[in-house]
Amino acid sequence: MKTNSNSYTIIYSAVIVVIVAFLLAFVFQALKPMQDANVALDKKKQILNSLNIRDLSNEEADAKYKEVVIADEVIDEKGKIVEAGTQGGEKAGFKLESKDYKAGKLALYICKVNGSRKYVIPVYGMGLWGPISGYIALNEDKATVYGAYFNHESETAGLGAEIKDNVAWQEKFQGKKVFTSGDDKTIALGVEKNVTDPATQVDAVTGATLTSNGVRDMLHEALGKYLTFLNDK
Amino acid sequence: MSLFSKQNKEAFINPLNLDNPILVQVLGICSALAVTSQLKPAIVMGLAVTIITAFSNVIIASIRKTIPMRIRIIVQLVVVAALVTIVSQILKAVAYDVSVQLSVYVGLIITNCILMGRLEAFAMMNKPWPSFLDGVGNGLGYALILVIVGAFRELLGRGSLLGFQLIPQSVYDAGYMNNGMMTMPAMALILVGCVIWVHRAYFYKEK
Repeated sequence: MKTNSNSYTIIYSAVIVVIVAFLLAFVFQALKPMQDANVALDKKKQILNSLNIRDLSNEEADAKYKEVVIADEVIDEKGKIVEAGTQGGEKAGFKLESKDYKAGKLALYICKVNGSRKYVIPVYGMGLWGPISGYIALNEDKATVYGAYFNHESETAGLGAEIKDNVAWQEKFQGKKVFTSGDDKTIALGVEKNVTDPATQVDAVTGATLTSNGVRDMLHEALGKYLTFLNDK
Repeated sequence: MSLFSKQNKEAFINPLNLDNPILVQVLGICSALAVTSQLKPAIVMGLAVTIITAFSNVIIASIRKTIPMRIRIIVQLVVVAALVTIVSQILKAVAYDVSVQLSVYVGLIITNCILMGRLEAFAMMNKPWPSFLDGVGNGLGYALILVIVGAFRELLGRGSLLGFQLIPQSVYDAGYMNNGMMTMPAMALILVGCVIWVHRAYFYKEK
């Protein structure tokens, strides 16, 4: 076979690209439902993690989410409910992503853990290398942190990645206050290298100052959008 | 030619020692430095590269006679990129936890020099079965070094292996400290250098 002619080269490359394109499109379509299910399940686990319900198997997480989350509301920055959501909801607030949050559509999960009411607020921000996100669970008083969970896309393993991997660090958020007493207009909850106010601040992760700063900015900005809701007692 | 003739065995065993892609050819260093700060990602990355080298070798070897010489690198790249994308999609669907952990590394496999090196040097002029053995051998040779470096870095940098704490708290209380340098990529380069040194001194004979 003459494989060096121009026409052969052009036809060959066209054919191989078409084959690969069809193959990839097929694989992508065939696996999409399974991937979506995995992503949704992972999100449920993250929300449960923030409520200090950790290490569940896939089936347990699904059932627990249905039981714990009373409603996945969508609210706006004035604290008004846009969509009411449903018990164990996956349609309203659950479907929102960081771009909806930037557009002012805020997700709010109303949860019931051991008989008491909790609010879970998703937060989005930037770490050192890429986006970071998390869930902050608040007690019914909307001022005390019940639990926290953070996630990242590409922080350095062993340093910035500790915000996700180090459960003990996430647990340090428990019991912290969102505001300092007397000032309910600025979010005080944050991460500092030198803690000046132990009631609202958590120690930064050692060796990951920039990622820790990212977490602090994320908390200030994201929780700031919920200010009206947080002050509406 | 039998399935395990002498040449085939050599295609498989040489890359593990005498012709190791990292130690002798010094290929694939970039990812070897990036993913070895802990043992577990090092193992998974090693396996992923082994699988992809093996299969891209087989595919290229089976279509090698039809590939126009002038665009052979592009064809190789298309095959590798397609394989890597498929593997990462399958991981996302079946083993979501693993795919989250590997995140960027899977994409990095496309740029791994070992892959292109083996395709160009071996698969383009050999039959599919020897190419498969060559791919597996080179992948494992790469994985072996990753595991050695990853084990040292995790043990000295964090006192654990596979996330399991090995150095007891009492040692820390007595004043021992984890070596933070070990978690930095620079230390991986020095460790790879040490491994190459040991390899040259004891296992490798200049031809």
